[in-house]
Order: sequence, then C-alpha cells, then structure tokens
Amino acid sequence: MDCTQIYQIVMMPEVFLVWTSLAKILGLLGIVLGLVSYTVYAERRVSAFIQDRLGPNRVGPQGLIQPIADAFKLVLKENFMPAGVNKFFYYIAPKLSMIPAILVLAVLPFGSTLLGVPMVIAGIDIGVLWVFAVSSLGVYGIVLAGWASNSKYSFLGGIRSSSQMISYELSLGLSVIPVFMVVGTLNLPEIVLYQVKNGWLIAPFWPQGFDLAKLAENPGGAWEMVVASFAAGFSLQKLLLWVPLFLSFIVFLVSIFAETNRAPFDLPEAEQELVAGYHTEYSSMGFALFFLGEYAAMIAASGVIVTLFLGGWSLPLVPDGSAESFFGLSFVPGWLAGVLWGFVNIGVFFGKVIALLLFMIWVRWTVPRFRYDQLMKLGWYFFFELALFNILLTALVLIFVP
Amino acid sequence: MAIVVKRAKLSLLEKLYFPALIGGLLITIRHFKNMFFGKTKVTMQYPEERWDEHLPPHYRGAPTLVTDEVGRERCVACQLCEFICPSRAITIHPEEIPAHEKWGKVEKRPKTFEIDMVRCIYCGMCQEVCPEQAIFLRKDYLVIGYSRKEMVHDKARLYELGGVMDGLVLKWNEKK
Repeated sequence: MDCTQIYQIVMMPEVFLVWTSLAKILGLLGIVLGLVSYTVYAERRVSAFIQDRLGPNRVGPQGLIQPIADAFKLVLKENFMPAGVNKFFYYIAPKLSMIPAILVLAVLPFGSTLLGVPMVIAGIDIGVLWVFAVSSLGVYGIVLAGWASNSKYSFLGGIRSSSQMISYELSLGLSVIPVFMVVGTLNLPEIVLYQVKNGWLIAPFWPQGFDLAKLAENPGGAWEMVVASFAAGFSLQKLLLWVPLFLSFIVFLVSIFAETNRAPFDLPEAEQELVAGYHTEYSSMGFALFFLGEYAAMIAASGVIVTLFLGGWSLPLVPDGSAESFFGLSFVPGWLAGVLWGFVNIGVFFGKVIALLLFMIWVRWTVPRFRYDQLMKLGWYFFFELALFNILLTALVLIFVP
Repeated sequence: MAIVVKRAKLSLLEKLYFPALIGGLLITIRHFKNMFFGKTKVTMQYPEERWDEHLPPHYRGAPTLVTDEVGRERCVACQLCEFICPSRAITIHPEEIPAHEKWGKVEKRPKTFEIDMVRCIYCGMCQEVCPEQAIFLRKDYLVIGYSRKEMVHDKARLYELGGVMDGLVLKWNEKK
C-alpha cells in the first residue's frame, strides 16, 4: 500500500468520521479534565479571596501546580471500604456520578469548524433531550452512594439529593421550552447557528448585515451604517421575546445550580449538617471521582447554558471556521485562516464556560444554603409555575406579534 | 406562656430575594477585589514574613541564661527554677567554684544546666523565681530539632541564646 491508498482509506466517509470523532473526544476530554482540576483550584482560591484568605499558593507559582499535587495525594491514599456496605453499589456509585457528566459533553458544539469538520462530537437532532436524559442519570450515582454506604449521613444526603434533583428537573426541562419555540429545533449546533444569525438569546439585539470590511471601505458613514444595521436586526417580536427568554434563562440557571448540587442548593452534601453527605464514607479515588464528577457536571451544565442562551462559540464580529482571511493578512493562506478562527471559536466557547464557572463559584461563596422546605417550595411553587407561565407568554408573543 | 415571635413584614422587593442576592454578590466581589489587588493585608506568609518586630515586650519565648556586663555567668545553681518548674523541664547539676578563681566567692555554679524544650511550657516561673536575675525568657519562638535530644538545650546553648544583659544588679562585685 502506498501513500495515496492510505490517504484514500483515511478519507473514506466512515473512516473519516471515526478518526475525527476519536480526535475530538480525546481533545475535548483532555480540555475538560484539565478544566475540572483547575476549577477546583479556582474554587479554593476564589473562596479564599472572598473570605480575605490566601488559599493554596505554595505549590508552584501562585499554587498553580496544586491540582496535580492533590491528584497525586489522592492516588496514593488507601481506598478504604467501611464494614457493612453494599459492595457492588458502593463500587459503582462514583463511576455513575462521573460518567453522565462526561456523556453530556458529547452533544455540545464547542467550536465552529476546523477544516470543515464540525466541532461537536455528536450533532444529533435530539441534542437537548440527550442532555436532560443523561444528566438526570447523575442522581443514581448520588442516591446509590448514599444508600450503599450504610451511614446515616450518606443516607440523608442521598435522600435529599434524589428529591431535590428530581424536583428541579421539572423546571429545568420546562424552562428551555421557550428556547425551542423560538429557535424551532433541539439540535444544539443549529441553536448556536440561530444565535450567530439573530443574536444571543439572552441579548437578541443583533445588527443584520453588519460587515467590518464594508465599514473599512467607508469610514465616514460608520455611524449611519451601525444604526441602519441595528434597525434592520430589530423587531417588536424580538423585543417582546426577550422578556420570556430572560426569565427562562434565570429559571434555567437556578435549576442548574440545584441540578449540580451547588450552593445555595448543596443540601446533599451540606457539610455543617451531614459531614460530607453522600460521599462521607468514600476515600481515595472513590472520593476523587465524586469530586471530579461534581465539577465535570458543573462544566457540562455551563456548556449547556452557554450553548442555549449565551451564543455558544459565537462572539460578535468574530467569523467562524469557514472564514477565508485572518485580519486581512496576506501571508496567511485561506485554509490556515479558517483553522485559526476555528481555534478562536473554541477559545470563545471555553472562555464563556470559564466565566460561568467563576460565577457559580462566586455565588457559592455568597449565598447561604436554603433550608430543605424552602428549597422544595422554591422549586414547586415558584420556578415550576414561572416556567409554565413563560411557555404561555412565549406562545402568545409568537402568535400575536409577527 | 407561649411567646409569639413577631416576624418582620417583608416588602415585595425583599420577598423577591434577588436584590438582596445582588447586594451579597457585590459585597463578596469587593472582598475578592481588595484581596486580589493586595489591598487587604491579613495573612502573614510565615517563613518569609515573620512577626519578630511585632512581638510585644512581655512576649515569653524560650528561657535562656544570661551573663552580665562584667562577664560573670549569673546563675549560682541554687536550683530554685528546677523546683518551681511546673513541667520539670529544668535539670541542674551544681558544682563548686574553686576558691582561687575570680568569682570564687560565689561558691556555686551550674556544672550542667539543661532545659528540655519539649517539656517547657513557656510559663516564665523560672524567671520569676530566680533570685540572681540569671534566667530570662527571651523572644526566640523557633525551637526546632529532628530528635528529642536536639530539643534539650544544654548550658552552652542557653548562654548562646541568652547573651549578655546589661543593667542587672551586680551584688557579687562588692563582697570581699
């Protein structure tokens, strides 16, 4: 076999799909797992700064090697199993809490395209349904860990988390329905493409036909052009739809906090009441998996929010991977410009995810934990109704305002 | 009698929870900002920054033996500190000073003087009881060693830590 034959085999559609998917999986997993460990670091540093402390700053410059040291420590620790646990479920629970968080990443479009390959591992048409279906499996890990540990703290944590996650699943699912009514598809890459064209769902005021190249040709008429393009992108329907979409963003964000067991809804692990909740009896890598699973779930959830409401990989005036020029530089060939913009898009996506993660950390160290009845009341009496009302509002706007 | 707790009436804005939430977020971000730009200075980075200059004058560090400005070791081995020491950290073996030596009139001096710093509780009773102004708690707080043996300060080490102290009562100069 010579080179051309190998090339032909590699470029066969099926083979091409397999190896590009594998590359995307490896790349995304690498980024996300790295992001997980540095989210833990950020959590510790930000919480310390908020409380006028310093946090880990000894291992490496500003403590940046701390996550690696922590991982090393956890690997070396004894994996202790307490007496009286249900061995099978005790072993399987940490894996069950880690896997769903990573599976969610499969449908997230984390970039536009690189050399024509879409930067999403599985651009399936049931994207958002997949997210909900898989992420709600995460509750099994927590419930089984709580039940199998044979400890009252774990048990209470498991029970709390099961009712909490199932309750908030409701408002989570209902709150995104307005998005689908507006966009008209469940496919996450297409939702992002809609936002590229019409502006982010959280701020849908996006100029139509605004072009930097045209602006450079005629700098004198810049102001008129900006106003005209914004006016072209504006419509009464968009303005009215902004209200329910913003509401659904708020409800979705709060429900995500509850889904990922983050403060102020971190009742399953409320350390003041339940030691560490469902993972009290875990040590070594079992504990590490719960920890990583929690943060991976945060990242996946942030990715979903970014994709649904914050425009995914898009940034105003930044072209996607099909661009032909890079700042008009003549020595950059067309294909390289596309690749560079593709990487910029990936960077934008993860930049937004990181911003959202920092926001989650910020909120965690600000808001006190809700009482259990308050949590349930908030979920069932307030957000559930708000999400239902929101669907109605969106429908009315879509029908009566053209 | 049952006590009725009056609940404060919340206004709509307070019931909405979000204004208070944003207020809280602003407070925490202010703390973060001040810490990030180094405006808040609370933590002392211990091995690099030390609080030596902030130590109060009455600070009780490691007990030491001192010599005076005429170069005499102050301790006369009366063993009062050994007896008063609540944790029995001090061990003294006295010896006689030969009569022909300069300070022969003092009669006694410690042959060995050991303070076990593992046992010492820094109470300062040895300093308080000493009739000769010979033992003082100095400001050394870094007493470290790799073994228990290293943690026992012998006479040489105690004098090294204590050094010379001026302005003490020189009662032995006048006699004979």
